[in-house]
Amino acid sequence: MSDRLPGFSTLAVHAGAQPDPTTGARATPIYQTTSFVFNDADHAASLFGLQAFGNIYTRIGNPTNAVLEERVAALEGGTAALAVASGHAAQVVVLQQLLQPGDEFIAARKLYGGSINQFTHAFKSFGWNVVWADPDDIASFERAVTPRTKAIFIESIANPAGSITDIEAISTVARKAGVPLIVDNTLASPYLIRPIDHGADIVVHSLTKFLGGHGNSLGGIIVDAGTFDWSTGGKYPMLSEPRPEYHGIRLQETFGNFAFAIACRVLGLRDLGPALSPFNAFMILTGIETLPLRMQKHCDNAKAVAEFLAGHPAVAAVNYAGLASDKYNQLARKYAPKGAGAVFTFSLKGGYDAGVSLVSKLQLFSHLANVGDTRSLVIHPASTTHSQLDDAAKVKSGAGPDVVRLSIGIEDKEDLIADLEQALGA
Amino acid sequence: MNHDAYPDNYIRGILNSVKSIAMVGASPVNVRPSYFAFKYLAQRGYDMIPVNPGHVGKELLGKPFVASLSDIDRPVDMIDIFRNSSHIMPVVEEALTLDPLPKVIWMQLGARDDAAALKAESVGIKVVMNRCPKIEYGRLSSEISWMGVNSRTLSSKRPPAPTQGMRLSLNRMSVGGGETAASDRAAKNKTEQS
Repeated sequence: MSDRLPGFSTLAVHAGAQPDPTTGARATPIYQTTSFVFNDADHAASLFGLQAFGNIYTRIGNPTNAVLEERVAALEGGTAALAVASGHAAQVVVLQQLLQPGDEFIAARKLYGGSINQFTHAFKSFGWNVVWADPDDIASFERAVTPRTKAIFIESIANPAGSITDIEAISTVARKAGVPLIVDNTLASPYLIRPIDHGADIVVHSLTKFLGGHGNSLGGIIVDAGTFDWSTGGKYPMLSEPRPEYHGIRLQETFGNFAFAIACRVLGLRDLGPALSPFNAFMILTGIETLPLRMQKHCDNAKAVAEFLAGHPAVAAVNYAGLASDKYNQLARKYAPKGAGAVFTFSLKGGYDAGVSLVSKLQLFSHLANVGDTRSLVIHPASTTHSQLDDAAKVKSGAGPDVVRLSIGIEDKEDLIADLEQALGA
Repeated sequence: MNHDAYPDNYIRGILNSVKSIAMVGASPVNVRPSYFAFKYLAQRGYDMIPVNPGHVGKELLGKPFVASLSDIDRPVDMIDIFRNSSHIMPVVEEALTLDPLPKVIWMQLGARDDAAALKAESVGIKVVMNRCPKIEYGRLSSEISWMGVNSRTLSSKRPPAPTQGMRLSLNRMSVGGGETAASDRAAKNKTEQS
């Protein structure tokens, strides 16, 4: 019962999990059930009224998913978390708690192409208006603030080029504007960067990537830092006002510093429905146990591959913040000293055609639309993940026509370099 | 006592030792936080006493309301105050007239009065501010993890199968002394601003 701080690797294995009370099972069981039996009518009423801790229905919560939630909350240094079906689902659920139709949120221009799409089209149809800002120009965030701004959204390590965002500088803008800072920490994982330590109020992940890490299960998660005061000014009525569907309880008043995570669960997940399968939660939990080992290997391999590419005559430029010459290297040293991640881009002197040729000749790298797998991956963003953007937006987001994106796996780095060498040279 | 962040052992020691809890501001309205904290603590075996002058003559979950702390007919280990920060001091002053003195004065989430805390501590009473005993009990027993909350505890021991109304073990290994650094920092900044 000592009060000592376990290290990151201990939390990655243990946080949230305990032997199963009924069977003694040591691995977290997969509670593959839709529903949970109540003790009696009073117990049922207490659970539905948010008066008791417990399970009702897997769309609202599940014991396997709860282990995953607590583990990621612990790794990120948050007060609570909510697992959902995908990273995209996490974003919808978060913004549903914060925005009313006609409201605005500010988003960094450098984002995963799917997020740019979701914000531009789907969210616009909800009346949630995205205002873009440039993460390399902090003042552009300040200029974008209006009385209708309800949140700021950035990626810690930004897709596709692996650029590093100055989280602290943008958190200062958010605090001044009185809005929460949401950080998508997918490409860093908490092993490399813990955004809450730098001023984030909410962290979201696609668990599909490095946290799950094996390219086998979709998932998303929302982490509540417990840092934002939702009660002031009536700006966030979902949290500060009485909820009619819960007999008038106020979530902030009732749940204190994890009220946001509860709102996401009992208003967002309950009503929108993107629940995570307990089986996926189990797969992702198993992945997280080795996150520190994998992430270090991903980063070490990525640096070796980036250095190889930077010295290759067919390569025009490499964008990897782990290279001393990179424009984001200073930020990488500050925010991600253990490594600058494993997703980055490079461009070929031969342009678009050379990129297509490279992809077709690679033997170990898989051509597919994912990142953060044990396997090394390659894609041409301009024709795939970022294809729905216009040409100017492609360049602005770092996905110009000559750009190739790599996600470096945990194979032997010599084999990855040899594969690239044969594909570039022949 | 540093009231910005409590070591888990401090909270654990309180919840493991007190037996009777007088809840000042207990509400019979079943959607108020005081109602469900009262019910939860009663189910966990604490001897709960509802204090609210507006409801004398009525009962809360079978326990008769009393008008004030001095109307309680038995010693009270802990006083749990469900009032705004501005109403804390008179309650603490009344608590200090009790014989025997309570061992603990606990102020609910959002409630904090440092002057009142100092007064109580000067006569040896332990004070907790801006916390909920239901949440802390649920956190230290890991029961609250069912809602994805970071309990900040670890254990490799097989827990008893949870059933309604049983006492749960609070003696799990704590992660980092019970602090959630970022949220405690935010709470402190908020208090300093106001």
